[in-house]
Amino acid sequence: MMTSAWIQIALYLIILILLAIPLGNYIGKVMTGEKVFLSKLIAPIEKVIYKLLKVDVSEEMNWKKYAISVFVFSGIFFVLLFGIQVLQGVLPLNPEGLKNVRWDLAFNTTSSFVTNTNWQAYSGESTLSYFTQMLGLTVQNFVSAAVGIAVLFALIRGFVRVQKKGLGNFYQDVTRIILYILIPLSLVSAVALTSQGVSQNFKAYEQVDLVEPIVLEDGTVIEKGVVPLGPAASQIAIKQLGTNGGGFYGTNSAHPLENPNNVTNLIEMLSILLIPAALCFTFGRNIHDRRQGRAIFAAMFIVLTLATSAIVVNEQMATPQLSQNQTVDLTPHQQAGGNMEGKESRFGIAASSTWTAFTTAASNGSVNAMHDSYTPLGGMIPMILMQLGEVIFGGVGCGLYGMIGFVILTVFIAGLMVGRTPEYLGKKIEPYEMKMAVVLCLATPIAILIGSGIAAIVPSVADSLNNGGAHGFSELLYTYTSAGGNNGSAFAGFNANTIFVNLSTGFSMLFARFAPILATLAIAGSLVKKKKIATGAGTLATHNAMFVGLLIFVIVLIGALSFFPALALGPIAEFFGM
Amino acid sequence: MKTILPIFRKMIVFALLLTILCGGLYTLSVTGIAQVLFPHTANGSIIEIDGKKYGSALLAQQFTEDKYLWGRIMNVDTATFTDESGQPLSYGTPSNLAVTSEEYEQLISERVQKILAAHPDQAGKPIPVDLVTCSGSGLDPEISVAAAKYQIERIANQRHITSQEVEAIIDRYTTSRFLGIFGEPVVNVLKVNLALDGILK
Repeated sequence: MMTSAWIQIALYLIILILLAIPLGNYIGKVMTGEKVFLSKLIAPIEKVIYKLLKVDVSEEMNWKKYAISVFVFSGIFFVLLFGIQVLQGVLPLNPEGLKNVRWDLAFNTTSSFVTNTNWQAYSGESTLSYFTQMLGLTVQNFVSAAVGIAVLFALIRGFVRVQKKGLGNFYQDVTRIILYILIPLSLVSAVALTSQGVSQNFKAYEQVDLVEPIVLEDGTVIEKGVVPLGPAASQIAIKQLGTNGGGFYGTNSAHPLENPNNVTNLIEMLSILLIPAALCFTFGRNIHDRRQGRAIFAAMFIVLTLATSAIVVNEQMATPQLSQNQTVDLTPHQQAGGNMEGKESRFGIAASSTWTAFTTAASNGSVNAMHDSYTPLGGMIPMILMQLGEVIFGGVGCGLYGMIGFVILTVFIAGLMVGRTPEYLGKKIEPYEMKMAVVLCLATPIAILIGSGIAAIVPSVADSLNNGGAHGFSELLYTYTSAGGNNGSAFAGFNANTIFVNLSTGFSMLFARFAPILATLAIAGSLVKKKKIATGAGTLATHNAMFVGLLIFVIVLIGALSFFPALALGPIAEFFGM
Repeated sequence: MKTILPIFRKMIVFALLLTILCGGLYTLSVTGIAQVLFPHTANGSIIEIDGKKYGSALLAQQFTEDKYLWGRIMNVDTATFTDESGQPLSYGTPSNLAVTSEEYEQLISERVQKILAAHPDQAGKPIPVDLVTCSGSGLDPEISVAAAKYQIERIANQRHITSQEVEAIIDRYTTSRFLGIFGEPVVNVLKVNLALDGILK
């Protein structure tokens, strides 16, 4: 009966590829200014925006100017979002009368959404007003995703252009990404979601009469239940598409009003990987060598498939603690069976496990099941996917430029082996690019290891744990992995809303986002000035199966060397103890 | 600094424009379309009969009485929401428990005993896992077909109706896999119970 699970997973992956290829072409056209079917409708709006901004979009920015633009842009939104949260009590669209957000939580949430992480130390329905959700967070979901994609295109131009300085125009890139790609996709997705039961309104929460009143231990009788509402679908569509992942409700896409059935689950789950996968094909198209894009896609896809399978198998097996010597039926007969703790019955094992792999491979971080209650190894795989640096598809844009960091590392190592100057896509890779590629590849491990290392010796952090022993350590490790990987998913039992955790994860997210952006733009700035060298007999081919294998090897090697000791203390210890 | 200042000015305008576009116009368009085309589903899928709101078809309510179909184990949360007069309202949260601990083993064992005691007719048969586990949202409105069928005899006995009648109601509120492939078939607990009470016809 596991067959049905395998068929589901295979179909999820096939549909993903079928959608990603045409979208990749479309994105490639949009970003080079070619005509697409939406041009007639959107081009006039685009012009109005440039006019209001008084910018000349034909002005090419060098890498420093591009970087300054990214930082100023993100900085302004940082101040704006922080301001909205700490003042939400006096702002409109707050029917539940939610209070101002505490400063440390506001700092954490701001860092989290500006960096496309969308880690949430709060529960949306009881903390944030509709105003904050739509004009603060929804906006960040769009713009932080746009920044990631824009930086990727600056890098692509660095490879394509020969002996130039300009990497493109930041205003134009961001505007096009939002107008042509993110808003149309989100609109379609959001409307489809509302048709299935995802909330979209500005009403106060509904109160309903419980069919069976609840009697509490102290004798209080509860006769009413609450139905939280709000403009959820519009935010959920973009949180999935932009690899943001921050839920409208606290339990994210496990919440039935955020992800009510398997139609919405399919839409939301495919949305996670849609743009990151499409960008691989865009990359191949725009550098005029589609094989290169396919090779990178293949490397990512292989790791994703392996990870998904490993999670499914472990979750279906569940644990002896749940099985109770077969008193509990774990077989997939008229039910999903397996480890259903923390999983929704409508999703079962296959759709929950696939989502878990997708969301941690991409730096999305939304969940449709609670990772904290996964089996030890089922919970370790998502951790590893994040620790690999969020390059198995990764965040929109940032996943691919992170992967190119690893590609540079791989051609360097391969170059050493054959004794030739490494090159990639016709550009020589020299010490400067190597240094920056190392920053790009090691930013995540540094953020994770230092973050979790410090947290492990701070006494107050122990109070945040929901479980003891090795699993407790996993909760802590997962938290800092998620922040350092800019992922945002959680072992949600961990109480992250303390001043120390809010500040430490906040800084960790900012570092892991902006250090790689700076390194990527520096690489792009250096590459764009270089000559193109002709491919010769000694050029290492970067599009064949051997290179794909080598690339995977390098990624796994760096991940394993960095994280094996920490994983041994957490999930692996828990596995052997069960 | 000379080069940065004009950038600042432009970026502030850019940020405000994007806020209006992505936060305002986009959100309002989706809301407008949803309220016109899908008013029921966009407003919480509330089951309202003769002016009384019985619940959202999408959010679980706790059922413990023998005459009702039971859902997933619910961590009832009465601390987060209150009504205008300060009375607590029912909501749910996930357990986030590690599934390998001794405490968890103990907890499941207690739930197993309780369910075995309530279902003497099922003695010797293993209990469907959905009945002893807490869901991902803590508000899972549904339960697996196996878990629903397990309870048929108990409900029929309590209500003095035939097990066929109970089964017919369960079948009526069973949703199959999407396109026959995606997800799992599930039974909506609240709808079944409203139908058993004769409220939902």
